[in-house]
Parts: sequence; structure tokens; C-alpha cells
Amino acid sequence: MTTTEEVRRAAQDVGPPPQRREKKLSPRDRLVVAGMLLVPIVLVVWLVWLPALGSVVLSFGKWNGFGDLDTIEWVGTQNYEDIATIYPPFWPAIQHNLIWLAFLFMFPTVLGMLLAVVLDREMRGSRFYQTAFYMPVVLSVALIGFIWQLFYSRDQGLINQVFNTQVDWYGDPDVNLWAVLVATAWRHTGYIMLIYLAGLKGVDASLREAAAVDGASEVRTFFHVIFPVMRPINMVVVVIVVIESLRAFDIVWVINKGRNGLELIGALVGQNVIGEATRYGFGSALAVIMMLISSVFITIYLRNVFREERQG
Amino acid sequence: MPRSALVTMAASRRSVLRGMALGGLALGSGGLLAACGGDDGGGGSSGSGTTVKFGINEAKGSGPAYDRLAAMAAAYTKETDTKVDLNAVDHNTFQESVNTYLQGTPDDVFTWFAGFRMAQFAEAGLITDLSDVWPIDGMNDSFKEASTAPDGKQYFVPKDYYPWAVFYRKSIFEKNGWTAPETKDDLMSLMDDMQGKGITPFAFGDKQGWPAMGTFDILNMRLNGFDFHMSLMAGDEQWDGDEVKLVFETWKTLLPYHQEDPLGRNWEEAATSMGNGECGMYLLGTFVADAVADVADDLDFFTFPELDSSIGADALDAPIDGFCVAAGGQNQEAGKAMAKWLGSAAAADAANSGADVPFIAANSGASTSSYSALQKKSAEVVGAAANIAQFMDRDTNADFANTVMVPSIQDFLKNPDDIDGITSSIQEQAASIFG
Repeated sequence: MTTTEEVRRAAQDVGPPPQRREKKLSPRDRLVVAGMLLVPIVLVVWLVWLPALGSVVLSFGKWNGFGDLDTIEWVGTQNYEDIATIYPPFWPAIQHNLIWLAFLFMFPTVLGMLLAVVLDREMRGSRFYQTAFYMPVVLSVALIGFIWQLFYSRDQGLINQVFNTQVDWYGDPDVNLWAVLVATAWRHTGYIMLIYLAGLKGVDASLREAAAVDGASEVRTFFHVIFPVMRPINMVVVVIVVIESLRAFDIVWVINKGRNGLELIGALVGQNVIGEATRYGFGSALAVIMMLISSVFITIYLRNVFREERQG
Repeated sequence: MPRSALVTMAASRRSVLRGMALGGLALGSGGLLAACGGDDGGGGSSGSGTTVKFGINEAKGSGPAYDRLAAMAAAYTKETDTKVDLNAVDHNTFQESVNTYLQGTPDDVFTWFAGFRMAQFAEAGLITDLSDVWPIDGMNDSFKEASTAPDGKQYFVPKDYYPWAVFYRKSIFEKNGWTAPETKDDLMSLMDDMQGKGITPFAFGDKQGWPAMGTFDILNMRLNGFDFHMSLMAGDEQWDGDEVKLVFETWKTLLPYHQEDPLGRNWEEAATSMGNGECGMYLLGTFVADAVADVADDLDFFTFPELDSSIGADALDAPIDGFCVAAGGQNQEAGKAMAKWLGSAAAADAANSGADVPFIAANSGASTSSYSALQKKSAEVVGAAANIAQFMDRDTNADFANTVMVPSIQDFLKNPDDIDGITSSIQEQAASIFG
């Protein structure tokens, strides 16, 4: 690894790669290019940047949605101060989002990759297993919350009936986050498995043969040959896991609207702006905080991608 | 069986799934809602030949609740020759987009709730002053009070209601020789007796967050009185004062008589444990009958007993549904005329004869012949009540109820010893919200 890296760097030191000759575009091509750029730019600005900036602006105000925009009462950073000081669910929510992220990486992601590798070996019935593991992904999260409710219900749930226990799986704030994570993992595993399986199918078979000829064991082949080749897929998996855990919302919303041990930033935003509560300023401030956290991860990812492109 | 408006109320709160799916639409759907109204139905005031637009919070085919409203609209057309242009919208969608609806091009008359939810629209100038519609024949003073905004004018016409009370199974009470308690001592000895017989006195579930508000409401009304309760809900009292602490202290002494681990149990499950006899009683709205339909005929109820003899037991939660006239409606006079008629006994009778299941009419002149036993008793109890509250999430700022009180009450149920910490946290947040 190090030697190739050094060689590459040395090559870059020698001089910049030869610039491609600039081609003059015909006026018609220019028009087409301009149009192709303009339409997406307008859409992105209109649908992404304006609403995002709108949230940032709203987060400095207090507004219940009645009357025109001039009824917004500007309160400076009070929403942010309130969130950090007197809003009890906020810090638990941050913590739960981080636990969510760590858990998804450690268990379902690894398990999904393992399943993909095993299924890739084309054993008997692999198609059946593939479908079975992928099934939960097709179900809506609302349905998943309900299915697991049948297992977890304290009085009528399957788990407590079978083991004759009295655990309040969804209600006990020390337990329910983990119970929900298991339900999430059930779905997430299949998702990662499918993505990884698709990646594995794309790996050049000659690499495996070469490794086999060199006498590498299966495990060694995977970690030293297949895994590095799969770098783009691995990156996709990382991004998916990060996004899934930061925007986690639906399953806790279905269970108890993200309260009592299941606080997540996304759910708190929902509690404040969806439905009957209309704390648009406060909810926006929470959304901005969520946006900032996400941008940290997005920045890291983009830097990684760009660095790779420059090197590649 | 009282599968009346209560069914829809219960469903509206219960249908988390629907709520989820619609949540995403909430911000955008206001436009849709308003668009359903169609064009201007024509000028003129009331009377023959005019059109009045009627927005209702029940989708077509959603059951008896829709049938009743549609029957009312049809009867109005028949009686006054006014064409009614019905705009039927799903219950949750209606509720979640009502802000944008009222600020856009709303219908003339629309279905809504009494209490703070009505008062906040009155303050924002979104609904029309109906004080010249009042008094309405057959509506008593407590209904008039519930229709009155803080400025002293009426903005609402009641249609129906349902009370919150303590439900129990008649056969189980008879078998054990129990009777409905009237004082705190009666209640305590009844609960001790139940525990002695291995029955949990109160079924209890607060997974959804709102059911325990009913317990807070009734304890506050019994310990501090109706006036204090309403002024607390309006944000005019201290949440960390001795009165609120007394409510939580009393609740703490009652908690050992409630089902354990309420936060993992929804009200349907709690109702089931009352239905199958594991628990003796359950404080809930009359929609409890929906969850225990097989024993619904065996259900009876009593209002929560008095806890302080100087205050008595003449107040209760009985959420009232009814109608408002939108200030943005095209045809104010026709809207007012229809609203007045909708409050009449004739309107209630038309509704109840047009559907399989009746509601409990707010108008005392309405026929009660189609009522179930529970509904008849509900009408008696509410008629006798001196004061009617609307339930916490209707009596106070919805922001405060949903984002502060729900988690705070849940915190209390998790940790009943931290009353000082919880009440001071509520007060800090209340100060920030009520400003």
C-alpha cells in the first residue's frame, strides 16, 4: 500500500498532468449546456437551499403559523438557548442518535455484509434466503413498528408470554431504545445485505482465481483482495448508515411519537411542527441543529470523495 | 353501544399510522383542503336559493360520523332550501392543516372543537363572532360558557360531546358488593378492597401520551377547583406552585393503585385489562367501550369522587365538538344562519336518525330514544355538571400540551419522587411558550 502511494505522489510531483486542449463549443451546444445547468440549479436552489435557509431564518423567531409573516416575533437565539437549557428531551435525543449510529455500524451493517458474503457463495436455496432477509426492507416502517409491537407488548406480547416475563419493552426508558434498535436492525440488515451482494457480484472473478492460485485462504482473500476492491460500495454503505441513523424518525414516531426514552432529533422536530403543535421557530431551531450535525458527516464524505477523484 | 362521535375521536388519536402518512403532507395540504371548496357558491345572504359551503372533518364513507354530518346538511337543505356544498376531509388531515385552511379560502361553516382550540382562532380573527346566534334553545349555560372566547363573545355552536369518567363492569361490582364511591374515603376503601382480592384498582396506560392528561385534569379540578384549572390551562398560574404540586403529590399516593408500567401500554390494552377483570376501574372517555366491545353492555361509570369537600365533584372533562363560521368565508350571513340551525334539536335529530350510531347531542331538546344506556347516563351526568372542561390538550395551548405536558407527565410516571424537578421544568417551559 505505502509503496503505491509513494509512487503516485512522486508522479504528481514531477509535474501536472498534461492539460486537455480546450475545445470551443458551438453556440447551440453552449445553449444546451446552459439549459442543462440552469434547470437543476433552479430546482436545487428552490427546493433545497431556500427551504433550508428559510428554516435557519425561522429558527430565530417565534411563530404559531397564524397571520402573515410579519407576525413572527423575532427572539434572537432564545430558541437555541431554550433547547440547550430548559428543553429536557434535547440532550437525550442527541445521545440516542449517536447510539443509533454506533449500533447500526456495529451490528446490522456487519451482519448484513456477512450474510452477503455467505449468500454470494451460491449455496443451495440462496435465493430463498436472499428474499427472506430482504423482506423486511420492503415493509413500511410503520408496519415494522406494528409487527414488533406484537412481540414487545407488555401484557399481550409474544416475548413476555413465551418467557413468562414482565419486561415493559416499549415503555421502560432503559430498555426501549434497544428494543427499537433490534427492530430497526431487522430491517437494516437486509438492506445492507442487498447492496453488498450487488457489489460482490460485480467483483471480477479473476481476482478470486488469482488469490486462490496464490494459495490465499477464503478469509484472507476477502480481507485483502475483495474488501479493498469494494471500496466504492463500502463508501456507499457508510453513507447509507450515517444517513439512516441521523434521519431515524419513523419507527419511534409510530411507537410513541419519540418520547419516553425514544427521543431522536428528527422526532423532536416532528413533535414541534407536525400536527397540532405549531412551534415553528422552535422546531426550525431543532431542524437547524440536525442540519449542522448532518453537514459534518456530509463534509467528511465529500472531502473523501473529492480526494479520491483527484487521486484517481 | 356508544359508537358515536366518540369512535371518531378515539380513532383520530389512535390512528398513528394514518397520522404518520399524513404528517408529511401536513404542511402542503392546506392548499389542497382549500381547493376542495371549489368556486364561490353565489352571493346573497340566507334563505332560499343560496349556497353555503360546509367543511367537515370526516371523509366520505368514514362511518357514522360522516353519515351524521351529511344527514345534517341534507336536512338543512330540505328545511330552508339552502344548497349545502359539502367539503368532506379526512379527520387528521383537517386538523393538521386547519391553520392554512382558515387563512386561505375556507368554507363558510366548518366543524371544530370548543375550548382553547376555538379561542385561539377567535383571537387570531379567523372565526366569526356568533354572539348574535346565542342563546340557542336547548343549550344550557355550561355549553354557552364552553363556546365563549376570553373576550366574552361566543364563537362556537356545540354539536355533541362525550364525558370522561371512571368506567367499571357492573357484574364485577355486583359480585363483590362494591358501589360507586362518592368521597375520598369511599374510594380508598374500595381500592384497598380490590387489592385485597387481587384486582388492580385502576387500569392505566399512557403510551400515547395523552390519556394520563385526563387523570391530571380530574385531580386538579377536584383538588384546586374548576376556576384554578382553567386559569392554569390558560397560562395564568404557576406550574411550580403549591396547587400543582398538590396534584402530583396526590397522584403519587394513588399510583400504587394503578397498573404498573403505564408508559408501555396504550389505552386499548389498558381497557382490555379492565374488560377482562384484571383491573377494577378505568378513568377514560366513553370511547373506552370501543376497545371492549364484547362486554360493552356490562359497562357502567361514575364521575370521579370528590377529594376535597369544599370543592365537591361537579366539574368534569367532556370534550365538545361543534361548528364555527370562518371569518374568511364568502357568505357570512348564510354561515351564521346555518350554524344556528346546526345547534338546534332538529339538527341533532336529523343527524342521529341518519346514521347507525347516534352521538350525544349537546342540545337538551334532542330526542334520546336512539341512545344506548351509557349515552343516556352520559347525558344525565353532563347535564348535571356545573362546569365542563374540554380536556387538557383542548383547553391549553396545543404547543404546550404536546411538547411540554406529555413528556412531563411521562417523566412524573417514571419518577414520581421528583415532583419539584418536574414542576419547575414545566414552569420554565411554560414561561417560554406563553411568553
